[in-house]
Parts: sequence; structure tokens; C-alpha cells
Amino acid sequence: MALDADLTGRSYDLKAPYDVSRIDIARFAAAVGEADPVHTDAAVARERGHRDVLAPVTFPIVVASGAMHQLLADPSVEIELRHLVHSAQRFESARAICAGDVLSARLTVESVRRAAGTNLIATRTEITDADGAHVCISHATLAHRSPDGTDG
Amino acid sequence: MGSLARGDQLPTQTYRVTRADLIAYAGASDDHNPIHWSDRVAASVGLPGVIAHGMFTMALGGRALSTWAGDAGRVRDYGVRFTRPVVVPDDDEGVEVVVEGVVDEIVDGAVRVDLTVRCGAVTVLGRARASVSTDA
Repeated sequence: MALDADLTGRSYDLKAPYDVSRIDIARFAAAVGEADPVHTDAAVARERGHRDVLAPVTFPIVVASGAMHQLLADPSVEIELRHLVHSAQRFESARAICAGDVLSARLTVESVRRAAGTNLIATRTEITDADGAHVCISHATLAHRSPDGTDG
Repeated sequence: MGSLARGDQLPTQTYRVTRADLIAYAGASDDHNPIHWSDRVAASVGLPGVIAHGMFTMALGGRALSTWAGDAGRVRDYGVRFTRPVVVPDDDEGVEVVVEGVVDEIVDGAVRVDLTVRCGAVTVLGRARASVSTDA
């Protein structure tokens, strides 16, 4: 059995806290085409009330995917990357992420649901800062289809 | 976004996406799945060609939201379903992704926005919704 209800409730932590640097934010902003200087110029960010340069809206995925990699690397979980499709994503942010944040992330598998040869894996990743305060919840639903379509 | 009313249309944003953008996104996000850069691998799993990362398309919606909001920090809740892939050809023109937004609801301190994200005639994100804080 490749995937079953046994996966539900399992948690995976980021290996080490994610140190958010100005360079990380600038690179991500450039990659998604965000030209607002709030992502690259700390003075502009501070003028707008942020502690340091501000991360783009979907930047939390970079932190959350570190915890996702721990799930995929679990030898007891038979997920094949090439058969995995991201089917839904949501970010609920308590506050924006800035350079200087040191973030932890814990992914929990909320449910595994089977439909038409595909397993839908619902995950929730809680991102917290160095003080343990809640920053963002990343909800990702993944669809995993086995090559022969008979098992998930 | 403080002066908006329910049903208001936000300024449509149009973004051009080329293969070079996908390579840059792969690096910045550490998502190196070859279906986002190799025609050979994309074809081997039955795709019509190299496709954009779903998260890249979602990020374009996020870019529209931060443009409308005036600051990315005001976007507090943003969710999408990845319904159709954005196929990106290996040429200089790439493809255009169009993001439209309509004000769905105004609640205390926040504007709820419904997004429509299309590539050509195809809607590529479903149930795309966001909540944007109107606090300064």
C-alpha cells in the first residue's frame, strides 16, 4: 500500500530554521516580477512600517516546501515526485515576512482522500518565528496518481 | 483599496511569461521539477509542453494583489486551485497571463477579492480568492 490513512496526522519539521535574508527576498521578488522597492530597499520598507525588506505574497511557499521535502523524503511514504501535482494552495498570514526573520515550519498531513485512482493529500504547514509566534499557515493539497492508475 | 465598493472591477494586470522566467523561478523557489524546463520530460508525462510552476502562476496573482493593495504586506489570505496548466513555448514571445479582480465583499478592515486568472481563453486558476487589509 503506497499511501493510506496512516499518513494522516503525521508531522514533519523543517530540518533547521529558515534564515530569511534580503538576498532571498530580492531574488524571489525578481523571479515573480515584483518591482516594488519594498522588496529590495530597506529604507522604503521601513517608511511603510515594515521592519526590513518585505517578502512577496507567495514567499512562504519557500519555507513551507522545506517541510514538504521532509515528507517526500520519508522512506515509509511512497510518493513519487513525478506523479505529484499541486492541486490547491492557500496562505493565511498573520503578518508579512521580512528579512531577518528566523522561521520554523511544521507540516501536518490533515487527510488522505482517494478519488478515481488519485490520492488527494491535504497538508497544513504552520510557520512560526523565532519567538514561536504564528506567522502564516500554508495549506497545500497535493494529488498523487500512481503510474498504472490502480493504486495511489 | 479603502474607497471600493462591492462589484468594483480592479485594474486588469497582464504579465508575459517566457521560459527564462520559469528558470528564474525554479532557482528562487528551489523547485527544479524538469516539467518546468525540459520538453522531453514534459512530453514523457503526457503534458503538451513545458508548463509554468503552479506557484509561479499563483505568484502572478499575488503580484496583481499587491499592486491593487499598494503593499504586499496587506494581502492576508490568498488561496487558489490549480485547474489548468500554463504551457510556455520555447520562443521569445512566451505567453500572456491576464489577472482580473472583482471586489466581492467589504468587511471590517478588509476587502475580499475574487480573481480570474487566464492564459488566452483558458482559466488557469480556480476559486482564486484573497483578503486584503485596508489598514495603512
